[in-house]
Amino acid sequence: MLAEKARKALAKKAAYGSDLLLPHGVSTVEERSIDSLENLDKRLKEASLLSGFNSDESGRAGSYFQKNNAVIYQKVQEAYRGQVEIMSIEEALAKYSWLKEYYWRNVPVDMDKYTAQVELWGRGGYFIRILPGARVKQPIQSCLLMDEAGECQRVHNIILAEEGSQAQVITGCTTSPSVKEGYHLGVSEFYVKKGAHLTFTMVHNWADDFHVRPRTGIMVEEDGTFINNYILLKPLRSIQSYPRAVLQGARSRARFNTIVYGRHESEIDLGSLIELNGRGTRGEAISRSLGRERAKVMMRGRLKARSNDAQAHLECRGMLLSEEAEINAVPELWVEGAPQANLTHEAAVGPVNEEAVEYLMSRGLSRDEAVSAIIQGFMQVGIQGLPDVLNNMLADILSFDSGS
Amino acid sequence: MLKIHNLKVKVKGEEILKGVSLEIPRGETHILLGPNGSGKTTLLKAIMGMGSMHTTGSILLDGEEISGLSIDERARRGVGLALQRSPAIPELTLDSLLQMIGNKFGSDGMEEKIDSLNCRYLLGRGVNENFSGGEMKRSEVLQLLVQEPKVVLVDEPESGVDLENIVVIGEALKRLLKPSVKEKKRAALIITHTGHILNYLNADKGYVLLHGRIICSGNPRDIFEAINRHGFEGCMECEKCN
Repeated sequence: MLAEKARKALAKKAAYGSDLLLPHGVSTVEERSIDSLENLDKRLKEASLLSGFNSDESGRAGSYFQKNNAVIYQKVQEAYRGQVEIMSIEEALAKYSWLKEYYWRNVPVDMDKYTAQVELWGRGGYFIRILPGARVKQPIQSCLLMDEAGECQRVHNIILAEEGSQAQVITGCTTSPSVKEGYHLGVSEFYVKKGAHLTFTMVHNWADDFHVRPRTGIMVEEDGTFINNYILLKPLRSIQSYPRAVLQGARSRARFNTIVYGRHESEIDLGSLIELNGRGTRGEAISRSLGRERAKVMMRGRLKARSNDAQAHLECRGMLLSEEAEINAVPELWVEGAPQANLTHEAAVGPVNEEAVEYLMSRGLSRDEAVSAIIQGFMQVGIQGLPDVLNNMLADILSFDSGS
Repeated sequence: MLKIHNLKVKVKGEEILKGVSLEIPRGETHILLGPNGSGKTTLLKAIMGMGSMHTTGSILLDGEEISGLSIDERARRGVGLALQRSPAIPELTLDSLLQMIGNKFGSDGMEEKIDSLNCRYLLGRGVNENFSGGEMKRSEVLQLLVQEPKVVLVDEPESGVDLENIVVIGEALKRLLKPSVKEKKRAALIITHTGHILNYLNADKGYVLLHGRIICSGNPRDIFEAINRHGFEGCMECEKCN
């Protein structure tokens, strides 16, 4: 049934973003699993570190590592056994017959050609389950790494945050240094059950000739909270994503923090949709984007209220660092049958304030230091709990160098 | 210490300064007076190198030409400017900015300086973001205290400031301009409309800038008194100018 629907959608274009001509069929690249991340190739360790994945696993509740289309490592730390489950999606589907109820529920299998490809030829993707009432203090980490040029990685991830649980998941999507081209299709379905709290941080760290099409759906039940942090700092060929969070339960909440640094020839089309269906739901979507060189950045955002006492705010701000870069902000507020709902938005796109730059220079900062200070502050959207390596990388990448 | 000769400044093709010359020796404070639009702020910005303007003439700092230098290079050589209206920088907290200035010029006595200008509660806010007039001036003077420039340029320290804040700002400027160590003596050029700041500083010389030219110089209190009595138009009729 799913395969049938997928086959019919194989040529279906996505609603947004450039249309890709994708390779068909399952990858034939074989990978061996490893017993310990210590055995991970050094260059892969370094690459994954830059996407927030800590290969020594210190300070992590558990880890999942996928190389190309094969799961090579998965582990829950001893202290968290009985609180967290981590396995590949195939293993989880075989183990839990009930998982079929969640599989393709938040993201339609026939949404477009990309979801169809994942259903037909996908391999791997993680299943992470935080058991009821578990308070997982240390982050759970995953890495989806490409180590084969021109390949298409297709994954299907599911996170279940069971009732009353709390967890933070950090996912890094990256390539090994030698791989410059490829495709990544990632379907992610998150279920935040009653009273659960899930923070999901995704770091994309691709290369100049990568095309990326994530498809994400989130369902939040009563009193549940979902926080999504998305960070894209390195150039890539194209990405299009429009995650949708449905606040179905009363008093459920969602917040999206998105920071994007568009560089080189990157075509970036990102958005977030929050549907406020339950009573007393709250949503916030904050995005900051920088456009440099000839990057094209489209920042979308949509709030859709169907409950009278729903409140949500959308903020899209972009800063242009070159004359050829483009940033478009498209904020949308939809109210459907809920005349008392309160939705607000603000959007602004402009250059770095030259007056502010001169002001900082008059305090002895060089022009590059002044611009760096401004853009680093601009990109602060209150993302909590980022690993130090990511915070340092963020500061490093956002150090503006007019000569580079 | 600061010597300006025949400085001409054009902004968007319009000549704002038409050949300004002045000299401020080390340890002296000079006052610049003039009606709105006479070119006072333009002069201070031109010395700092700020704004889109075309300048000719000479600006010497300790005998070295600085007019071709970038803003930050001038700051590093010892020019410091407190603007009348500073841009808001919500992206950067005052605390972070002070640290950056401290990294460039030294952080000695930073905490005490922050307290002396009652700026501690502003540290976590964006620079000049929703600052009141008094808060903005105190923040500006605080930055100068950390910067410790050789040449202190201040654009209307009293404007938009209540009497209580004028005391704080006046005392801070007094402290900045009267360092106990002789070698650290600075030169200052201060724009004032009200003259309140003269209650705190021993100004050595005053200038009247009118239509882009210095038309009068002398004892600042005498000049200020004459302007109070006859207005700037009176300056034009003054015997000294004719």
